[in-house]
Amino acid sequence: VIALIDYKAGNLTSVRKAFAALGAELYTPERPEDLAAADAIVVPGVGHFGATRALGPDWIEAILARVGELRPLLGICLGMQWLFEGSEEAPDLPGLGLLSGQCYKLTSVPGEGPQGVNQAVKIPHVGWNSLDLQRENTIVDQVENHTQVYFTHSFVAPVTGDTVAVTSHGRPFASIVQRGHVAGVQFHPEKSGEAGLQVLRNFLGMVG
Amino acid sequence: MLSKRIIACLDVREGQVVKGVNFEGLRTAGDPAELARRYNAEGVDELVILDITATLERRRALADTIRAVARELFIPLAVGGGIRTEADAAAAVDAGADKVSLNTAALSNPSLITTLAERYGSQAVLVAIDAKWEGDRAAVYVRSGSTAANRDAVDWAKEAEDRGAGEILLTSIDRDGTKIGFDCRLTAAVSAAVSIPVIASGGAGTLDHFVDVFTGGRADAALAASIFHYAETSVKNLKMHLRDAGIPVRL
Repeated sequence: VIALIDYKAGNLTSVRKAFAALGAELYTPERPEDLAAADAIVVPGVGHFGATRALGPDWIEAILARVGELRPLLGICLGMQWLFEGSEEAPDLPGLGLLSGQCYKLTSVPGEGPQGVNQAVKIPHVGWNSLDLQRENTIVDQVENHTQVYFTHSFVAPVTGDTVAVTSHGRPFASIVQRGHVAGVQFHPEKSGEAGLQVLRNFLGMVG
Repeated sequence: MLSKRIIACLDVREGQVVKGVNFEGLRTAGDPAELARRYNAEGVDELVILDITATLERRRALADTIRAVARELFIPLAVGGGIRTEADAAAAVDAGADKVSLNTAALSNPSLITTLAERYGSQAVLVAIDAKWEGDRAAVYVRSGSTAANRDAVDWAKEAEDRGAGEILLTSIDRDGTKIGFDCRLTAAVSAAVSIPVIASGGAGTLDHFVDVFTGGRADAALAASIFHYAETSVKNLKMHLRDAGIPVRL
């Protein structure tokens, strides 16, 4: 069974629905102890990094214990940023620290592209943008390079050795990360058509 | 590079997709779930379901339509029309909407924007602005275009952004259903004033109208209904045309 962590950062209906379409039913643990049965964990979330404050030390301990037992973990959007050491969005609040680096805010850039197309970099980054794959990995199995996926966010994770795909919006950021059985996606796989479902399928493959 | 989005709008009344001219004279265009399926297969980037009569007549439960459309669709889905309270928004979200679109209620109760942004995140809150030119001023209208709100569209868009809106859905009442082109002047004025994405709506009739709104109109996304419903062009055709014109799209 796969646990879907609900810390009240956004709506989980779509995530649940996408996994259900792939034949996976997710359960929402009410207490950290409920994670004991989890074969894998999904941490979704949109909005402010401060929302992760709802996942106190007992939750962090339970999640890290499962990760220590090599159960796969997938972070989506804010959930991916939480895998890192922290974010300048809530400097006093540490992340899970499974991946090294600090998340930071994208900056807007005014500007016009060729043929007069308005290509000002607006924040938040909302819409479909492409994945530039950096290396092969389970989470991107059968995902074509330059596939477009759906983003909606203002903060990003840095490009590091754990980065599997990079996306650019003014500047490049990590759009997919993976380190062993810990993976994260900045975009919304539940809202990214077939490519998004493939990423979720790949995660389910890691669960085995 | 971030793509310019093509959004198909399903104006729904009593479970059927309808479309009128200048907000009046409705005709039926089909089953929402069936149209949604077709647009998704053609590569549409997002869908909007607007319950167009909800603010004028007694509100009908949209949940069944939302559920039917959301069931097999894995792209963003926005729902609007008659969302007046946090409970209305919650019902739409629970049925499968990713975003709710506020129009009349946002003007009469602006704190609803903030309430919903705090509950679901700004990305889930669209503020829909229906505007028409009165001299040099773009005036906001509510109640499906029937009542002047005594607000300037640019000022209202800025306020909506400050209050937590994640996107602006800007409809030109002058152009709606006319097929003579988007109101690029209106779209550019609002887009330049806010940093959140602006979705242009109203007036799409040809493929080049979309090129215009992404260049001179400075739009981040364009929304259309009838040009797609009656299969005058497919979403895929439109996107290939945009790509050839140098506009980044998802194909």
